[in-house]
Amino acid sequence: MAREQTGAAGRRKANGADNHKPFRAGGDDPKDGGKAELLKHYRDMLLIRRFEERAGQLYGMGLIGGFCHLYIGQEAIAVGVQAAQKPGDQVITGYREHGHMLACGMDPKEVMAELTGRASGSSHGKGGSMHMFSTEANFYGGHGIVGAQVSLGTGLALANRYRDDKRVAFTYFGDGAANQGQVYESFNMAQLWDLPVVYIIENNQYAMGTSIDRSSSETHLYKRGASFRIPGEEVDGMDVLAVKAAAEKAAEHARSGKGPYILEMKTYRYRGHSMSDPAKYRTRDEVDEVRKTRDPIDHVEEMLEKKGWADEAMLKALDAEVKRIVADAAEFARTSPEPDPKELYTDVYTEVTA
Amino acid sequence: MTDVLMPALSPTMEEGTLAKWHVKKGDKVKSGDVIAEIETDKATMEVEAVDEGTVEEILVPEGTEEVKVNTPIARLSGEDGASASPPAAKAEAEPAPEAKAESPAPASRAEASGDPERKPPEADAKPKPEGEGTAPIAPVQALKDPDLPEGTKLVKMTVRDALRDAMAEEMRRDKDVFLMGEEVAQYQGAYKVSRELLQEFGDKRVVDTPITEYGFAGLGVGAAMAGLKPIVEFMTFNFAMQAIDHIINSAAKTLYMSGGQIKTSIVFRGPNGAAARVGAQHSQDYAGWYGHVPGLKVIAPYDAADAKGLLKAAIRDPNPVVFLENEMMYGLESDVPEGIDWVLPIGKAKVRREGTGVTLVAYSRMVGFCLQAAEKLAEEGIDAEVIDLRTIRPMDIGTVVESVKKTNRLVTVEEGWGPMGVGAEVAARVVELAFDYLDAPPARVHQEDVPLPYAANLEALSLPSVDKIVTAAKAVSYK
Ligand SMILES: Cc1ncc(C[n+]2csc(CCOP(=O)(O)OP(=O)(O)O)c2C)c(N)n1
Ligand SMILES: [Mg+2]
Repeated sequence: MAREQTGAAGRRKANGADNHKPFRAGGDDPKDGGKAELLKHYRDMLLIRRFEERAGQLYGMGLIGGFCHLYIGQEAIAVGVQAAQKPGDQVITGYREHGHMLACGMDPKEVMAELTGRASGSSHGKGGSMHMFSTEANFYGGHGIVGAQVSLGTGLALANRYRDDKRVAFTYFGDGAANQGQVYESFNMAQLWDLPVVYIIENNQYAMGTSIDRSSSETHLYKRGASFRIPGEEVDGMDVLAVKAAAEKAAEHARSGKGPYILEMKTYRYRGHSMSDPAKYRTRDEVDEVRKTRDPIDHVEEMLEKKGWADEAMLKALDAEVKRIVADAAEFARTSPEPDPKELYTDVYTEVTA
Repeated sequence: MTDVLMPALSPTMEEGTLAKWHVKKGDKVKSGDVIAEIETDKATMEVEAVDEGTVEEILVPEGTEEVKVNTPIARLSGEDGASASPPAAKAEAEPAPEAKAESPAPASRAEASGDPERKPPEADAKPKPEGEGTAPIAPVQALKDPDLPEGTKLVKMTVRDALRDAMAEEMRRDKDVFLMGEEVAQYQGAYKVSRELLQEFGDKRVVDTPITEYGFAGLGVGAAMAGLKPIVEFMTFNFAMQAIDHIINSAAKTLYMSGGQIKTSIVFRGPNGAAARVGAQHSQDYAGWYGHVPGLKVIAPYDAADAKGLLKAAIRDPNPVVFLENEMMYGLESDVPEGIDWVLPIGKAKVRREGTGVTLVAYSRMVGFCLQAAEKLAEEGIDAEVIDLRTIRPMDIGTVVESVKKTNRLVTVEEGWGPMGVGAEVAARVVELAFDYLDAPPARVHQEDVPLPYAANLEALSLPSVDKIVTAAKAVSYK
């Protein structure tokens, strides 16, 4: 099913001068995966959406502090890329990371409890919304400084290459982050040294209040690796199967020793930049249009129904299950104790062992 | 059956007006549907349903004011756990959780509305302390806040508006002054400090940059080398770390390296220090970092009058100036002289409260904490003097020394880490210059020696507090 990108979210020139075609999958393509796979994508995306809605609610109740950046609208990316990963592959991203953590298989309770700053949170309450990590899930953060994760992710790939362990570092960043200088310093070294890294640019069209055409001289971000000879591709980031197929191809390229690959995911964030952003820089219509015509979850739901792989009752049951998980996570995060005051002074240094 | 609760837009919002219901009894709603609009003095926001269900009952009618956060406003039936979330705010809210900040301590209000040229007792008469380790840029005795002409009106103004007015006045006065930074133009500033500057000065002089701090700081310094007078806004000083190489290597050192040929008149400004609950990477006080560097001037004002007078001075100064604001203080109101060209001297401290028992030295937000601590100490019979450094570099150590000669006790207070910090510097200078006057070793109050934690309880333990200042003041007073 080839869906056209519309509205402000789709400023791509289809088959433009560069004769470029966005990568997409779906329809009768054999890459559709089976019923079980599609249902899993559906459930995983739904979990992220419901989780984020609940996080927004807890923020409104004052239970989550500081900044809180929701992933609503972009769920297909973390879920689709995750489906292309192999055990041992690493993930690193910025502060809009709750969805990636859930996609990595982390316990929603642990993630939500970090948001409320409790001892049972993934960073024991010390990191908060923007700084979450899990070595268990090979999730390297959760970084608050725009662009920092790009060099760090390239460094993870350097370690992979050094050990020759066939792991790939999946390094996510935004359209705004794509302008930071360290991104290009990293690109150069990654290609120069054939580092196994897949750069995933989540182009949601805005960096805070700045739309991409006000910040970027080249708005086709998949081309940003061209002068370093890094291949790049544009992907419909609202189509989980297209995301997965593109990520598989890119990961294979990186894993086989050919070096980095860039995937520009065209997507959209439904909410403000953070919870306190009134988002006056775009119209309600623009948001509604994307929600109505490109929603990644609705898209899979339609596919499931069309193929007869799920009926309303089944989807309802799935939805109820996801809601229960999220409600439990919220309850856990609300009632878990705060860290012990002694924790203030721990984890500043690693203990030196003899 | 679930209650929909009155949501809050920020952790500090306590109540709001239920402006409009988009649903009525019996309506079916599903996740994401806008069900109501609520208003505060700062923002209007739409309340979205988090789950589906049927509106059983509207508990708070449209138009009700002062609805407390978390009050049930409607009842949904159907699915379990249904309720509403507050996002999709549409209006004048800040992009950051602007904690309302403590209201200015009573003493500061009185002081700010009083005589702004008040100076430390006899500061002018005393000789300048010997042993100045840093090159003095101007003799401190000569510096003095300007006299207010007879009949000057004082108007209450927020620190935010005072900073804005300072930039607007200097941009009107000098066409070489321009502002650049992330979200400064169309968004009107991430913290609304540059509100309406784009409208008045146009997009040549109020420039939105991409997120490229190292790059645009370098462009700013280059433009300054060519004779323009840029104001470079960092969304917060945490992000200026990306650009610190240009601030130090390019801006601070080039005059010296060029034997005095190349001047860089540039201001780097933005919020500094800890906001509320934003974690380690977004909460640092850089006064000590920049204060370390010869060639830079570093300013950290407390109230609105100082913010305005010192920012105007910084823009006119022919040197690179790091101007440290504080997010928690943008909304704080105090008196600012109206109708005059209000420019304050850089490098002059201000005695915010006179006292004879102990000297409290601070800057920026911590001045308010010290004034509150002084009130508490007064109740316990300790008469504290509070000195607002205002400028970190060049530091007006003379004013501190004069105070210590009188009180014989010193407590320094800063939001940043203690080691190699501003308090360490103040204490070292006082020991050098007034050792014989000290009746107790100086004490330092500062952030605990750890990255700032996110959890509310740990964050509170980590940062300086009024109580910690009181405890330190009593300790140096042996009480
Ligand atoms: C170095 C740095 N500069 C500025 C910021 C403030 N900031 C946080 S997110 C953001 C926008 C980033 O946009 P984008 O990369 O498109 O990611 P998105 O938020 O859309 O996911 C900005 C300016 C920061 N955290 N770090
Ligand atoms: Mg973006």
